[in-house]
Amino acid sequence: MRYLPHTQDDIESMLKVTGHASLDDLFAGIPDHLKTKQGIDIPESLSEWELNAHMEQLASLNIACKDYKCFLGAGSYDHYIPAIIPYLISRSEFMTAYTPYQPEVSQGTLQGIYEFQTMITELLGMDIATASHYDCGTALAEACLIALRKNHTDNKIAVSSLVHPSHRQIIQTYIHPAGYEMVEIPYTKEGLTDVVALEKMEGIAGVAVQSPNFFGNIEDLKAFKTTADTKNILFIMSFTEALAYGLLKNPGSLGADLVAGEGQSLGIAKSFGGPGLGLLAGTQKQMRNLPGRLIGKTKDANGADGFVLTLATREQHIRREKASSNICSNNGLNAMTAAMYLATVGKTGIREIALQNHDKAEYLKKSLMNSDFTPAFSTPFFNEFVMKAPDGFEKKRKALIQDKCIFAGMNLEPYYPELKQHYLFCATETISKCDIDHLVKEVQS
Amino acid sequence: MKELKDLNFLDDVRYTKDHEWAKKSGELVIIGINDYAQDQLGEIVFVELPGIGDSFSKGDEFGSVESVKAVSEIYIPVSGEIVEINQGLEDAPELVNQSCYTDGWLIKVKPGNASEFDSLMDKAAYLNMLKG
Amino acid sequence: MIQQPGTSGLIFNEPMLWEKSRMGRCAMSLPKRDVERKPLEADLTGDEPNLPELSELDVVRHYTRLSQWNFGVDSGMYPLGSCTMKYNPKTNEVQAARQGFAGAHPLSGDEFSQGALKLMYNLEQSLAKITGFQAVTLQPAAGAHGEFCGMLMIHAYHAKKGRQRSKIIIPDTAHGTNPASASLCGYESVNIKSGPDGILEPETVSAVMDEDTAGIMVTNPNTLGLFESNIKEIAEIVHSKGGLVYGDGANMNAIMGIVKPGEIGIDVLHLNLHKTFSTPHGGGGPGSGPVAVGKTLEPFLPVPRVIKAFDTYKFITDSPDTIGRIHTFYGHFGIMVRAYAYILSMGAEGLADASKLAVLNANYVKASLKGILNLPYDKPCMHECVFNDKFQKEYHITTMDMAKRLLDYGFHPPTVYFPLVVDGAFMVEPTETESKENIDQFIQAVKSIALEAKNDPEKLKKAPHLAKLTRLDEVMAARKPCLKG
Repeated sequence: MRYLPHTQDDIESMLKVTGHASLDDLFAGIPDHLKTKQGIDIPESLSEWELNAHMEQLASLNIACKDYKCFLGAGSYDHYIPAIIPYLISRSEFMTAYTPYQPEVSQGTLQGIYEFQTMITELLGMDIATASHYDCGTALAEACLIALRKNHTDNKIAVSSLVHPSHRQIIQTYIHPAGYEMVEIPYTKEGLTDVVALEKMEGIAGVAVQSPNFFGNIEDLKAFKTTADTKNILFIMSFTEALAYGLLKNPGSLGADLVAGEGQSLGIAKSFGGPGLGLLAGTQKQMRNLPGRLIGKTKDANGADGFVLTLATREQHIRREKASSNICSNNGLNAMTAAMYLATVGKTGIREIALQNHDKAEYLKKSLMNSDFTPAFSTPFFNEFVMKAPDGFEKKRKALIQDKCIFAGMNLEPYYPELKQHYLFCATETISKCDIDHLVKEVQS
Repeated sequence: MKELKDLNFLDDVRYTKDHEWAKKSGELVIIGINDYAQDQLGEIVFVELPGIGDSFSKGDEFGSVESVKAVSEIYIPVSGEIVEINQGLEDAPELVNQSCYTDGWLIKVKPGNASEFDSLMDKAAYLNMLKG
Repeated sequence: MIQQPGTSGLIFNEPMLWEKSRMGRCAMSLPKRDVERKPLEADLTGDEPNLPELSELDVVRHYTRLSQWNFGVDSGMYPLGSCTMKYNPKTNEVQAARQGFAGAHPLSGDEFSQGALKLMYNLEQSLAKITGFQAVTLQPAAGAHGEFCGMLMIHAYHAKKGRQRSKIIIPDTAHGTNPASASLCGYESVNIKSGPDGILEPETVSAVMDEDTAGIMVTNPNTLGLFESNIKEIAEIVHSKGGLVYGDGANMNAIMGIVKPGEIGIDVLHLNLHKTFSTPHGGGGPGSGPVAVGKTLEPFLPVPRVIKAFDTYKFITDSPDTIGRIHTFYGHFGIMVRAYAYILSMGAEGLADASKLAVLNANYVKASLKGILNLPYDKPCMHECVFNDKFQKEYHITTMDMAKRLLDYGFHPPTVYFPLVVDGAFMVEPTETESKENIDQFIQAVKSIALEAKNDPEKLKKAPHLAKLTRLDEVMAARKPCLKG
């Protein structure tokens, strides 16, 4: 096996030093009755070339060919990834290092993540961004736990029914064993979270709203901030499409206390849903409540600037059972990827890409309206929106995937049973006018 | 860490088994952590204190003191209501290291039960406990 | 004389991204506008985020220079105990980057994602065979997430039984994340001590195990690198009181093909694909923490689960006793591809060889450094061995000083000051992918450092001397946190 360097001579001379008769003798301390009687029943090993063939065969079973067209978002987005990003992130000094416990030989990771923290606070208008979480759903669940723990009287968290359905399920899984409860805020006929319903809720420790919401609509976050302030509870905001904040007013300026987001759009491949990038940011006041690693600036013994892991006393390995979270490994390499992406697009690039996403989505919506689709809402949106499809569309949608590699939206009915024949569409900068015109032609045929 | 003989223990304060000190000041009791505790913790980077008006019973955890790699809970020596906290520690937690009995005090409490103070250890009893 | 890898070379300075920024630069090739501009309402629109403006070469040079300040497994030996810093095969990266995997949308629908589902199914099957369990979930995103998932299942199991329990037993040789995972489920940790041999004694467990205790969390091999040989008796004690045994399988790398945790009384076990199964650590993640269970806990596995029906694969979500969902989609699929490629490349025999050689390497280090560094538990170890700085105390040299000096010799230091049961721990895990020559260099470096401790202690106290920076002021970083530029 090419990963195992030991020659027979090496093994023999090393066994002599350790004083063992054979490799099996190294395990003599394990009682026989605990050793397995059978080997591992898995397929025989493959050469690199056999592996390539096997994996390509599996990969080809997924409909994800190079020129497929993705009008599908819902938490995972198709965006252009500049060539320099996979190239730079593959540098093995980044990829094969571990958590920067030895800062003297980890300044690359440390400065890179410090820059990431800085650019995320800039993108979101928040004071502090953590060095990453697993994904938006788990970051949002952590944010809900912060609100619940801070409040000693109320044990419920109000979550918009337009928060990503998976995220609501994760929140439920995370908070349930500690005896907390999630209540869903209904949505209005405009496709927005019903702030009036929130006002009437009692016994809640915090409120979580996603914007753009699961329908793609932009929420009136100011109204939620006002209600949260009236109730003296934490206002948590989430998002699945990070590029929206190249265009929209940021959560910080609208008064969010905590922000949980998905950073997959920032240069990270969809990769069948993971690994993505969980973003978790807060106001200065929340600094010591935020779970997850933080990188801080300091000086070395010679007075040179440098970076270290800091505020570690919040974390599980020190605070043990009193830690607010058990997170240890995070999604650091994807945070570095996102930082590279943000540095690549820059101030002007992010605005132009965000504008193009919105423009294309508007054009797609208009085009679908000309093909017997009806808009479900007339609320402003970013790059996703809901349409009611004409009869027979589901069959056509599947045929388009199978035959043309076109993913024409996502059926909302499994998530919102009341929305029969409603589809969530998405358009990003990777979709051309020509692609949209082609889609419409296919849909009409 | 220092030897016991190099540590400073005042005669006019009382001590707890968790290494807090307490001192009467008029109607109030001033509370901090003693020289042994600050020396064990090393360089203190953060002190978490309760809110003014909070009430605690003797032995309750009322805050924590953090070094870079450790957190130590602090327990209240006497029951009562918090009337003042040392605001200066927010910007300068190192005061606890530099002068734990003076500028590095933590809280002032309006005691609920005067006898609790009297039952705290004096210097001799505390030193005996440390020596085990 | 063994030549050491550490030397000094030209290190570049590199400012912060925003210091390099010049108005008007952009490193992205912006797509052409081909549809009409449709501005959003002004009161919804914010200012552009103030991101740095750079050219493509600016970005490339920035990150290339940053990378050169890092130490990775590809740079040199990284014997970080408990973290299993083995070689990360490059073919795994090629496999994960295939368009059909990297480009797959998670909501494409089962019928259009058969390759991904089949891969997940096959990987689950392989992990079940390696660990001796009935079923596996790949959903947890990291080891700690797997622990949380496993504890949620134990919690759900007791809830289903009709009486929730309040405590969980955690030995002093368990991983640091264990107590936090347990308390997220509302369990209070009951900490117990290992015996004089560094392993758990059944009597200690039976003394605290009762019908209010949900179970025990055991790391086996434990964090001292020792095999918990009383595990079966301990499991029987816990089971007899209605509790369950959680196995932290972070150290599975030592026992593949030798011991199957599912056969020795453990009810639920998490694995770290980024340790045992060679996926890169990425400077702290993303990892992947699958959880394997026996029949008792299978109904509680998170959803969605992958099943095979004839020759097709699908996700199912209708599982009445499930703990629910813990990841937005299905977990870290990209990491699963890499681990699957590793298992296929190794085969059963290769995996067993990996474990044997990992244990050989650790015992070789232990035997070679015995007498140079103190060995608090001098008995045959598994894949890692724990020393401490007792012999160096007389020169006022600490584990930290020796660790920092190792950097000058060109090695990443071992794990230091963990496990907590050993004062000044120096925990070496060479892994199986290091050759005898590399390990000999490391041993020689430690021996030289031990001599320096005696003859030139100041050199150690000021180490490292060759790294880009000297020791950093962590007190200043924590007192006045500066978390953004």
